[in-house]
Amino acid sequence: MSQVLAIMAGSVWKILVQVGDQVDAGQDVVILESMKMEIPIAVDFPGTVKEVKVSEGDFVNEGDVMVEFE
Amino acid sequence: MFTINLHDVINMQYTSGFPKGIMFIHTNLVNNAANITSYMNFDLCGSYVHTCQKIEQRQRRQRMFTKVLVANRGEIAVRIMRTCKSLGISTIGVYSEADAEAPHVKMADEAYLIGGPRVAESYVNIDKILEVARLSKVEAIHPGYGLLSENAEFARRCEQEGLIFIGPSSEVISRMGSKIESRKTMEEIGVPVVPGITYPLVDAEEAVQVADRIGYPVMLKASAGGGGIGMQIVRSADEIRKAFGGNQKRATDFFGDGAMYVEKYVDNPRHIEIQILADGFGNTVYLWERECSVQRRHQKVVEEAPSSFLDEVTRIKMGEASVKAAKSIGYRNAGTIEFLVDADKNFYFLEMNTRLQVEHPVTEEITGLDLVAEQLRIAAGDSLNIIQSDVKLDGHAIEVRIYAEDPKTFFPSPGTITKLVLPEGPGIRHELAVSDKSIVTPFYDPMIAKLVIKGKDRNEAINRLQFALAHYQVQGIKTNIPLLQEVAAHSAFRSGDTTTNFVEKYLSRINGQ
Repeated sequence: MSQVLAIMAGSVWKILVQVGDQVDAGQDVVILESMKMEIPIAVDFPGTVKEVKVSEGDFVNEGDVMVEFE
Repeated sequence: MFTINLHDVINMQYTSGFPKGIMFIHTNLVNNAANITSYMNFDLCGSYVHTCQKIEQRQRRQRMFTKVLVANRGEIAVRIMRTCKSLGISTIGVYSEADAEAPHVKMADEAYLIGGPRVAESYVNIDKILEVARLSKVEAIHPGYGLLSENAEFARRCEQEGLIFIGPSSEVISRMGSKIESRKTMEEIGVPVVPGITYPLVDAEEAVQVADRIGYPVMLKASAGGGGIGMQIVRSADEIRKAFGGNQKRATDFFGDGAMYVEKYVDNPRHIEIQILADGFGNTVYLWERECSVQRRHQKVVEEAPSSFLDEVTRIKMGEASVKAAKSIGYRNAGTIEFLVDADKNFYFLEMNTRLQVEHPVTEEITGLDLVAEQLRIAAGDSLNIIQSDVKLDGHAIEVRIYAEDPKTFFPSPGTITKLVLPEGPGIRHELAVSDKSIVTPFYDPMIAKLVIKGKDRNEAINRLQFALAHYQVQGIKTNIPLLQEVAAHSAFRSGDTTTNFVEKYLSRINGQ
């Protein structure tokens, strides 16, 4: 199972996908906000969103799972 | 409200000598025994040697504050407090829950917890800060840079409460804070501006029409924007349509103002800014320029003074234009006028920063002035004690910003600093507020330190910069030191070929989005 992890500590600024969405490799799925910067997080594989484990505004640590794919 | 009284004593020892006309100040904290453990971190950070201009002991100090609130955090709060202490002014600090152990809290004579870690809960919470100001009976508030420093509402509230806001009037802040308003003002005065419009755009289609008229590439900009937010270079009508909504949304989210405009993008420009000082009696001087062309994500990384690009005639022209602009708007205190300068040395007004800048130390190094001391004197109602012909231009200074970020992708890198070793040597000055074991949180700006280098000329300054960077060690988090080393070692930097696309042009980076 593929996952998208937080690449740094910060808060979830925007979630760009919903359960069931088909995503392409390179597509942004979450935008993190840390140190006054917004960092879009893209998937490097195509897939279908199985579960979104965070909500907008949540604080995440580096390595936390944010989105899971089928 | 949780209040702590720290009663720090700062011992300033002076040894004159190197470099010529500059004194070394060794700052040592004398620890309060009861708080010895909590002080240990800061002692490591506070015991560095920094070169600084001599502290003037003014004979005729007619009016000076006795107590000032520093409404900021990090290195700038520490730097402001240092000058306050040298002038005999008591300092009041404020801090968030994330900053309880921060150096600025320990350095303040008194510090007050004002809220949660997010800036909206604490450092930009106007009501809370004014409450502390009333409670601690300060006469003035120094806003530093960022946070509330260019917040006209905050300045207005200070004015209403009879507190002195160390900066210009709220009216000037609000006029210069709007990119559209400030452009209009400069056009009226006759200061050159980049071709573009001075009214907010209705929508993307109007932006396309304007861009078609002035020619691509154009810069799409948020009126209230800053730090590169809400700003994008666009090269076609399609790109405008794609970029408009997102940038407008961001500007609304960040600044509460979605007004957008568009202007001609000057290709390969240099970013050169003029520092001015103005008192309340109509005296205004310029303290030469700073070149801040080396940037990443539209954020400055390397700043130097003087610029290796400007000739004497252009330097004076820009200085005089800045003084004229400052006078015509009734500017008071320290301020900076930023210009874009093209390859033919045409300069265009970019914006005015109505506050102390991050990179002010390079100006201090070449002029021998303490800008914070000047700010305090002006705010206290004193007149400038220098005229234009007194302003020195001695040697060359370079500042590099040390960011907690990945040097290749520019992604932020918060975390715990496990080891910090600072280089020492001739011409090396440190401005920082982190130490061994400091936690760099994700809540604030990624800049953790500034390294300021002085040399008798640019070559010597670059040599010293290379030495200092090679001996600068930060472990536990990623920093941009490898990027800074690449810049310092690059032949294009040495030869002064510094335009705002320096990083993209000369350094192999992964595009950090």
